[in-house]
Amino acid sequence: MGDLKQTPLHAMHLSLGAKMTAFAGYDMPVQYKPGVLKEHLHCRAEAGLFDVSHMGQILLTPKSGDVADAALALETLVPAAIAGLADGRQRYGMFTNDEGGILDDLMIANRGDHLFLVVNAACKDADLAHLQAHLSDTCEITPIPDRGLIALQGPAAEEALAALAPAARDMRFMDVIVTDNAFGELWISRSGYTGEDGFEISMPGDQAEAFARALLDNDAVAPIGLGARDSLRLEAGLCLYGSDLDTTTSPVEAGLTWAIQKVRRTGGAREGGFPGAARILAELTGGPARKLVGLRPDGRAPMRAGTPLFAEADGGEPIGQITSGAFGPTIEAPMSMGYVTAAHADTGGTIYGEVRGKRLPATVVDMPFRPATYKR
Amino acid sequence: MKFTEEHEWLREEDGLIVVGITEHAATQLGDLVFVEMPDTDIEVAKDDEIVVIESVKAASDIMAPIDGTIVEVNDAIVANPELVNEDPQGDGWFFKMKASDASQMDDMMDADGYAKFIG
Repeated sequence: MGDLKQTPLHAMHLSLGAKMTAFAGYDMPVQYKPGVLKEHLHCRAEAGLFDVSHMGQILLTPKSGDVADAALALETLVPAAIAGLADGRQRYGMFTNDEGGILDDLMIANRGDHLFLVVNAACKDADLAHLQAHLSDTCEITPIPDRGLIALQGPAAEEALAALAPAARDMRFMDVIVTDNAFGELWISRSGYTGEDGFEISMPGDQAEAFARALLDNDAVAPIGLGARDSLRLEAGLCLYGSDLDTTTSPVEAGLTWAIQKVRRTGGAREGGFPGAARILAELTGGPARKLVGLRPDGRAPMRAGTPLFAEADGGEPIGQITSGAFGPTIEAPMSMGYVTAAHADTGGTIYGEVRGKRLPATVVDMPFRPATYKR
Repeated sequence: MKFTEEHEWLREEDGLIVVGITEHAATQLGDLVFVEMPDTDIEVAKDDEIVVIESVKAASDIMAPIDGTIVEVNDAIVANPELVNEDPQGDGWFFKMKASDASQMDDMMDADGYAKFIG
């Protein structure tokens, strides 16, 4: 374990009795004393604090001084519309490759004179190299490794954060602000990865523990590990890079068409112009060969990642595979997502997952499994 | 009460052997979310994988600790798997067996031995 990196909250996790695990090269808390189920339910009922400091924070500053130049430059790497993103707003996007697959998914914020990106921990070095290879003519690309990142999620998140940073109260979903307080400069977005209303807060690394403990002093706030983070995001129907998204899955197959705004699609003013546009635009028009669908197993047995899927209870070739599967503590039932051939992707259909040699029925459902409660 | 290296406990009760998983095992597995029981009145051999459990983390098998016949299974933990985490050595029992050869239990650990085993 000696090679694992530590976040600024590592000592706090240990002092809170976290069970640690290796994740994306970091020693991270997988659960605290209450365990995954209770942590999950606590986040839905009150508020959960997540250490996401392992994720990559990157500034993209236009050399021209005009943020529109950074936005247009970034549009050459992502299918999302960034040039239209207002000051103080954030948008979800993904880096695509020439084959129309996904290199990483990320959050992109317009902070007036520059863009702020948050990328996945496992991809951050590759993302930086990718940005430097393609955008260094137009932008300064600045990794921010010395800041902490905390997610505060759940119905009590607003009250808890507003006690320390009152400006948070006036934010709506996907707003971003920069605000000073006793913990230094906070970079706050009203977003997250649980389907709950909540925030992601970047702060100076040397203030991270003090800030986290100030939040945890609120009785409504409990620390949540990676275990519950995964079941929360799955209930919310949110994809996990490396599981549900990878270099072979296109954004259209993954159902992320909402993250490809009209202006970037066929006939739009800034049509295409991102890696893999030929495949992605064709799939937008003609439909993909396979689709990511939500599945609710009819029984109680979870269908986990890797479970092969079949059209029939007996015989036939697989029509796809589960990419994420777990028990949903809020819906009190197992839930999965996976790719199936388009012919079997219709909501309401029954397909079969092969679990321990048995074909078990599951119903294709719309996601999320549990509706989001964002403050729009 | 006797204990196995597979983290099961066995307790004699009214001529039957009640079997469950230890508190240590329940803690290590994390919250259980699914239990699949064998049929009753079936004969099983020691080390047969007869129960499937899934926790929030992963699936595991529970093996028959001795040869015998499954007489009764605990339907309460099928309906409410969390019961295993709440009371693993009481209400969270798994099944009751009629032992073919109760002497198979002689070499199993007692509570002190198991405590040393899990260290």
